Amino acid sequence: MSETTKPQSADGEVLLRVEGLTKHFPIKKGILQRQVGAVKAVDGIDFEVRKGETLGVVGESGCGKSTMGRVVTRLQDPTGGKITFDGRDITRLSTGQLRPLRRDIQMIFQDPYGSLNPRHTIGSIVSAPFRLQGVEPEGGVKKEVQRLLELVGLSPEHYNRYPHEFSGGQRQRIGIARALALKPKLVVADEPVSALDVSIQAQVVNLMDDLQQELGLTYVIIAHDLSVVRHVSDRIAVMYLGKIVELADRTSLYEAPMHPYTKALMSAVPVPDPKRRGQKNERILLRGDVPSPIAPPSGCRFHTRCWKATQICATTEPQLVELRPGQRVACHHPENFADQAPGDTVLLSVAQEASALVPDAVLEESAQTGEAQTGPGAKTSTGKAAAPKADAPVEEPAGGEGAATDAPAAEPAAAAEETAREVAAGSEEPAAAAEADEPEAPKASQEPGSEESGSQESTGK
Amino acid sequence: MTELSQTGAAVGEPTTGAAPDAFLEVRDLKVHFPTDDGVVKSVDGLSFSLEKGRTLAIVGESGSGKSVTSQAIMGLHRLGTRGKNVRMSGEIWLDGKELVSAAPDEVRKLRGREMAMIFQDPLSAMHPYYKVGDQIVEAYRVHHKVGRKEARKRAVEMLDRVGIPEPAKRVDSYPHEFSGGMRQRAMIAMALVNNPELLIADEPTTALDVTVQAQILDLIRDLQKEFGSAVIMITHDLGVVAEIADEVLVMYGGRCVERGPAAEVFETPQHPYTWGLLGSMPRIDRETSERLIPVKGQPPSLINVPSGCAFHPRCPYADIPKGNVTRTVRPELEQVGTGHWSACHLSAEDRTRIWTEEIAPKL
Repeated sequence: MSETTKPQSADGEVLLRVEGLTKHFPIKKGILQRQVGAVKAVDGIDFEVRKGETLGVVGESGCGKSTMGRVVTRLQDPTGGKITFDGRDITRLSTGQLRPLRRDIQMIFQDPYGSLNPRHTIGSIVSAPFRLQGVEPEGGVKKEVQRLLELVGLSPEHYNRYPHEFSGGQRQRIGIARALALKPKLVVADEPVSALDVSIQAQVVNLMDDLQQELGLTYVIIAHDLSVVRHVSDRIAVMYLGKIVELADRTSLYEAPMHPYTKALMSAVPVPDPKRRGQKNERILLRGDVPSPIAPPSGCRFHTRCWKATQICATTEPQLVELRPGQRVACHHPENFADQAPGDTVLLSVAQEASALVPDAVLEESAQTGEAQTGPGAKTSTGKAAAPKADAPVEEPAGGEGAATDAPAAEPAAAAEETAREVAAGSEEPAAAAEADEPEAPKASQEPGSEESGSQESTGK
Repeated sequence: MTELSQTGAAVGEPTTGAAPDAFLEVRDLKVHFPTDDGVVKSVDGLSFSLEKGRTLAIVGESGSGKSVTSQAIMGLHRLGTRGKNVRMSGEIWLDGKELVSAAPDEVRKLRGREMAMIFQDPLSAMHPYYKVGDQIVEAYRVHHKVGRKEARKRAVEMLDRVGIPEPAKRVDSYPHEFSGGMRQRAMIAMALVNNPELLIADEPTTALDVTVQAQILDLIRDLQKEFGSAVIMITHDLGVVAEIADEVLVMYGGRCVERGPAAEVFETPQHPYTWGLLGSMPRIDRETSERLIPVKGQPPSLINVPSGCAFHPRCPYADIPKGNVTRTVRPELEQVGTGHWSACHLSAEDRTRIWTEEIAPKL
């Protein structure tokens, strides 16, 4: 995967590069405490953060975004993968070796109440980094701390006060002052504003923005609020069940999201404009909850809730591929782009249920964009893989396009029944149904081939 | 304006005593908590009314008194020893019955049957020792003389109605076996088991992810349509408000600063605090502006509520009205449109000018 990042890294120097990062928490049972399983909180993610930019990380609770933040800052040890910070591999550094590094990587925590020791004064909290690192700032620690307090919008007289004397927003500012004390290169902020009131939230967001410009900071901001993330980030990674499903710059992601999950996530954000309430035709409801990270679904992890899921989604894991410059997506059937597995058009039964919750307008739109871009788009993106067919995306009844369109599901035997049932259920034309019955065998043998070449393509990139 | 008349009168409703026409009417409600440090005036003269089938959203920051208001309606402040530590005055009329002066027993009969509440944190609102089904059954049997079996059937039916898969099986689960979204659904089922006419939802989606939030809001909306109940939605998220509310009431420092039809409050908000809330929110539906417009300063202490207009220390326009009026005189609610009220010393012209010229373009 590392090569895919190359064309981008030209834009700016990469400060942090994460490759194949995993973090599994073992589940132990019995007297012997044998490991019986693992919570796969982070399960193989790749991304890089360039100097001076802000990378936003979004996802639902339990998707592993906070764990990712803690592993990247080495507060927790990764299970596998590689973290390179400023050109240096920091994956396996010991505590002692890490210490000098702590100056460069700092963290801002979510809970402004839990992250400040109630027995320490603000002065001692903010000066702790100097003590621990043995740094003597110019003009003395106290002066420097007071300067920091001023920098984050607090009064220098607060030096001798205790955390309980401050409100939530002020405490968060103290946390920010502490994080900035040693002039770090990278600040990882885990939900920095979600515990704050709206009006205070805006203050802190603006403050972080100003500090970035003033001090040239690089941020990784982890949050679940998509409006906030959009406001603060240059690029955004969307996580689902321990994986990054889409990584793109802000504008592409919000204007033309490619992963169905991204699209659903964004459609669910309530918009403060009552006039738009009538136009519910954009809202995509997802069924149920995020599956357990102990036993994540096979293939694409989102296939159990996706309305576009087909056989390939249940069997083959999509790779994070750069489909458009600067937009990496892990999906077989992306939105706003050519289908990556055009041969595979039969919806899973879960997907059919799920698509009942998706407004028709959305389905139509995605059908159109998919169709329009299938031709040239497919060639450039999938290369030699499955010959681009004039295919109508999944939800469309296959219509008159006949033979070329309906290569049935790749999975033979077991899936055949389901396929037949679904086809009979009426999502396909009778002609297609007949086809699905007969030439099953040869097609099935062709399809996996093209699939494989497709995935090889993407991994090899 | 010059006189400190009571809010009830200022709103142009019958002053006191008589039962109102509205389904729910709150008049000059005050909830004060005496503490060692002074009296906490959580709610300080709040009036509003609500009809069946309508949704009122109460918006405000933490400590603005929105949750205390809902608990006052439910009569929760008067339970047990808590009752000794609260001073309540004013009137709350629910379907022709006055609740502030009513005996606790009478309120208890209404609670759960005529009015029910959904809390923010379903894990602490449900008892961890009892099965979800049993808790719903209990809520039902308190108000209906039915056998266990029938009540259980009703519980399964409700779980099904709120969209819990395999309700017949899940009825025997414990709360911890449910995910956050499912717990919230189960609590909605519990609240609605007696077909209450008034449903109060206190930050029902704040702890949930956006995808689940969308599901829950849809559910509340559907159920309201089905049962025709009145809903009070307490939230700090203006997005949620726009999504679900017919009317909006903005609270600041224990008082209402603006109230009106949702469309109008979003279209032409009249109070600087409402502008502040709108400006503080990053919006997903607009071009990203470079900066947010935060409200400066901190929310007020409810023990020492600022004199005059409680918002004046944070208000960028506090110096526009002549004299020292914003610091000395508390503004009363004034009608600024059909059913639209605002408590601000700025003149109508100033407000319109500031909103259209300064605030709206930046949002």
